Amino acid sequence: MKDKQFTSRLALENVSHGYGPVAVLNDLSLVVNPGEIVVLVGPSGCGKTTLLNVLSGHIKPVSGSIVREGIIRMVYQQDGLFPWLTVAENISMGLRSTNDAVPGEHELAELIKLIRLEGFENNYPHQLSGGMRQRVELARVLAGDSDILLMDEPFSALDYQARLRMRQELIRLLAERPRTVVFVTHDIEEAAQLADRVLVLSNRPATICRELHITARKPRGLTDPSVIHAMEEILNELGLNSPDNTSNHDGKGV
Amino acid sequence: MMKAPVLRFTLPIIVLLGVLLSWLVISYVNLFPAYAFPSPQAVLLSFREEILAGRLVNDIIASLWRVAIGFVLSVLLGVPIGLWLGQHLNARQAFVPLLNFFRFLSPLAWIPFAILWFHIGDKPAIFLIFMATFFPLTLATMVAVATIPSIYFRVAHDYHYHGIELLTKVTFPAVLPQVVTALRVSYGIAWVVIVAAEMVGCQDGLGYGIWEARNGLRLDSAVCYMIVIGLLGMGIDRLLAQLTKLPGIRWGYER
Repeated sequence: MKDKQFTSRLALENVSHGYGPVAVLNDLSLVVNPGEIVVLVGPSGCGKTTLLNVLSGHIKPVSGSIVREGIIRMVYQQDGLFPWLTVAENISMGLRSTNDAVPGEHELAELIKLIRLEGFENNYPHQLSGGMRQRVELARVLAGDSDILLMDEPFSALDYQARLRMRQELIRLLAERPRTVVFVTHDIEEAAQLADRVLVLSNRPATICRELHITARKPRGLTDPSVIHAMEEILNELGLNSPDNTSNHDGKGV
Repeated sequence: MMKAPVLRFTLPIIVLLGVLLSWLVISYVNLFPAYAFPSPQAVLLSFREEILAGRLVNDIIASLWRVAIGFVLSVLLGVPIGLWLGQHLNARQAFVPLLNFFRFLSPLAWIPFAILWFHIGDKPAIFLIFMATFFPLTLATMVAVATIPSIYFRVAHDYHYHGIELLTKVTFPAVLPQVVTALRVSYGIAWVVIVAAEMVGCQDGLGYGIWEARNGLRLDSAVCYMIVIGLLGMGIDRLLAQLTKLPGIRWGYER
């Protein structure tokens, strides 16, 4: 299962969406390559989460077409685990399609080892730290035959140091179990450290206003030149890189 | 300074002893006539009398039985109906005013109907217990379902929980902590109502015992029944509280 062939496809073509009179997505086209980590960054409220919901199929866009092949799993910001289930039971949800009970047990043990939570199998989410909970979420979406992971600011509820650790953790897990990933964040550092490709979204209605390929090897340190360079590019694109420009024109804080 | 766990046990005992002492003093100085304010000694004696005569145990069993039947009936009906209402907005809009109406109607208002419909014996009391607990239990379950965080249903959808599986593996466990709280509250109501229910239409039970004591102007016996009612109520609530410690429920009390 580790070296599975990528059969997934995920693409948007000329997608527009809005809520009543408010246009949120404007003529967006995007092809996510198999095995790629695409990170979407943009100002808050620009429609990142809407875009993710369109990709997952949770929202049907007003116009445009979507190609979606493969099993899609979503990682939420927080509270995505069922609090009445143990760590092992939550992860087992990801194995529900695997009918065979025996490989299921084996796979479960392997996943728990992978996220380094051995000994916590029978703990409940409320007994874990925020970082541990998100690791369980990662194990759950990696379980079974998932192809595509959609992540909606999965680390934003964690403290800064836990966030740094979780980025390395995600890279490590994806090296073991490659998946196609679309990752939404407002954290520019996170984008620069994780992405194969960063898409900078404009203010609402969102369009892709910059596409940035980062080819440096992962894991990337926070102070790697490639990361610093990518952050500069993104900040410039968002108009946040010059001191006199940090308070936005529309008066919104950053 | 004493440690917190020690204080937890000693403080209530001190308060209890204080109340007992005041009771002793007030009856000793004859502030009120003895027939209207029985002394602790008189109550102890009447305890002895009631236990030896077998009345007390018989009344306890009779009351517990009626509460148990009425309460279980209302749980068996109220929780499923609450689950159903919580999931269907239209049904909720249709039935909530009616449920609220009956919730605010004191169960004691049903006493004349209870007697006319069910005559005397266990049935009218069971009916009154049911009427007292069904509406709050149904409404509490319904509200709990309607306020389940939507993310649980999104996750459930991601992992293909549908139909009966969605109900038993997501909806029901999600509301279980709140249902347990509702059980405790409505059990409390049931225990209060049983005393009044047994004052009419019954030939035994704790409420009937108090009624008998009043008829015979035996307030010492009434106090002895009151003590039993209070202690039993507390004891059963402690038992129900143990439910909150079950692993699949405890999360609801830890946040």
